Amino acid sequence: MFAYYLQLGLRSLKRNPILTALMVAGIALGIAASMTTLTVLHLMGSDPIPWKSDKLHYVQLDNWSPDEPARDDGSPPDQVTYQDAAALMKAAKADKQAAMFKLVLPVQPENKELKPFSSLIRATGSDFFGMFEPRFKYGATWNHDQDDAHERVVVLGNDINEKLFGGQDSTGRSVRLDGIDYRIVGVLDKWNLRSRYYDLTNGAFADPDEMFMPFTTAIDLKKRSSGNNSCWKSAGDGWDAYLTSDCVWLQMWVQLDSPQHLAQYKEFLDNYVNEQKKLGRFARPLNNRLLDVKEWMSDQKVVSRDMEVQTGLAFAFLAVCLVNTIGLLLAKFTRKSGEIGLRRALGASRREVFTQFLIESGVVGLTGGVIGLMLTGLGLLAVRALYTQYKTVAYLDWSMVATTIALAIAAALLAGLYPTWRACRVQPAAQLKV
Amino acid sequence: MLTMTHLQKVYRTHLIETYALRDFSIRVNDGEFVAVTGPSGSGKTTFLNICGLLEEFTGGEYQLDGVNVRGLDDNARSRLRNEKIGFIFQSFNLIPDLNLFDNVDVPLRYRGFGAAERKQRIEESLTRVGLASRMKHYPSELSGGQQQRVAIARALAGSPRLLLADEPTGNLDSLMARGVMELLEEINRQGTTIVMVTHDPELAARAQRNVHVIDGQVTDFDAEPSLRPATSGDAAVAAIA
Repeated sequence: MFAYYLQLGLRSLKRNPILTALMVAGIALGIAASMTTLTVLHLMGSDPIPWKSDKLHYVQLDNWSPDEPARDDGSPPDQVTYQDAAALMKAAKADKQAAMFKLVLPVQPENKELKPFSSLIRATGSDFFGMFEPRFKYGATWNHDQDDAHERVVVLGNDINEKLFGGQDSTGRSVRLDGIDYRIVGVLDKWNLRSRYYDLTNGAFADPDEMFMPFTTAIDLKKRSSGNNSCWKSAGDGWDAYLTSDCVWLQMWVQLDSPQHLAQYKEFLDNYVNEQKKLGRFARPLNNRLLDVKEWMSDQKVVSRDMEVQTGLAFAFLAVCLVNTIGLLLAKFTRKSGEIGLRRALGASRREVFTQFLIESGVVGLTGGVIGLMLTGLGLLAVRALYTQYKTVAYLDWSMVATTIALAIAAALLAGLYPTWRACRVQPAAQLKV
Repeated sequence: MLTMTHLQKVYRTHLIETYALRDFSIRVNDGEFVAVTGPSGSGKTTFLNICGLLEEFTGGEYQLDGVNVRGLDDNARSRLRNEKIGFIFQSFNLIPDLNLFDNVDVPLRYRGFGAAERKQRIEESLTRVGLASRMKHYPSELSGGQQQRVAIARALAGSPRLLLADEPTGNLDSLMARGVMELLEEINRQGTTIVMVTHDPELAARAQRNVHVIDGQVTDFDAEPSLRPATSGDAAVAAIA
């Protein structure tokens, strides 16, 4: 009977094209508005590395002023100092560890047809690639020995390799940055990061890093961070004073493969800070934090309150559309009272009438959902055009396509419940004048 | 075929009670063609609604083809209606956006027949009313008489034992009415019981038996003395038995 009811539902849609168009448009608009915002919200907040997000931990140490906390809620600073990052890297107590900062350097291309341009670079350790797992297209990362030797090597991102070398295997070749040649050891494949979650302090949806170089090399060449830098007291003069200051400007990630390793690392951090206290640093009470990826994203409010409010408003709009659809379905089904009475007289039970009209509502929902999906695509296109910071998250993935269709059908069924219930209460005798 | 004893139908509001049927008793035998006549508001429509299980009754007993219908739930009533009864309405009641084939198909769908059996039954019943060549036509493309023939085909397709007809020729001119009446007589000759409500004395005269209803009661007890309402229920039931 399902196929029969489906066929009747489709016929019924064709019978009143204007009424049908109004209902479908209502559902489609409501669905498009809510799914556009929900998609952005979903992708903003989704786990970027679900297979190991509980193993990657962001390190926070409270080296802040004894007079006031770094943040109003009393949590430690968002970044760490160079001397702490260097000490943690040297101790190498985690399964993997990577200190990092962002810098911008001018690129002087070999190809004279290309003008020099600025490039966003991440200075980090070789463990970075094993921790965050971008795929390599050519070559591989540099190794620990090259870290220790401060070698002038780089890994290029896919886009800049396209720009400089036409997408060819450029490993072994050089790229000149701020007058210094760096040997290319690897080229990344396209890395579809929804958010640059490993550096949330400089904006989750900021432009992606274009290349990577050893942290030690960047420090050796006295390259300053282009990202956030916070000091609670003067950094002093000169590079060496800056490196030994209490200014925080580095992100520090560790990979801890088991709960035991996590506990051991916490203990190690506490011991480290207690040792530092003896040297006159870390005047505040012990306040170290190790947050995993999802905790860190939540702490940094990657999903903004504005976005949540917008999504709420969009769903309120969907509710208004549904109320409208309830009215239209009620009108449509009331007009069919005669047919309902006839079907009851010819042997349809209330349950069969209920099923038939609920399926008809479902057909409206499915049609609205398909059109809503197309409108959602257009909505996301508009989001990408208008809000460039959301360009990495304003895409429909398969789970959201399925959610859109399911939501549209569920919404239409919900809207259809009352009119359908009314339809199946129709008294056949009153409609037929038998 | 059907027996109603001391049937009662009361419409109640918070102010008044209106008796549509009062102590209504009737028996229709297998293969009979009974015309039910009476003035407007006499209760014949209510009688036919209850006959067709489209309306509940408030008192008395009703046996349809050996089944006591009192207390049956909606599913059971719908199934019984679908299997035992065919309806013919004054205004045909065809579904306008279904072609003739699909209109006749409606009761067969609820019966749960397979596609092949449905097709065979639809073709046979449309052939029987002389419209086999117009299966793909829509009701709006037919005359009133032809539409009523389709309604008859739809009523017959499920091979019901009882046909209920409400003023089946009420919306037709005399020529078409005659054709429809001849068709009903032929169907009755082939064994189907027919109960027809009509205002038309000419039409009623063609039935085997007339039952006259006034004020919710059968009045022509001379036609069937056994159904005279008794002072006590037991006596009436005994008379029917």
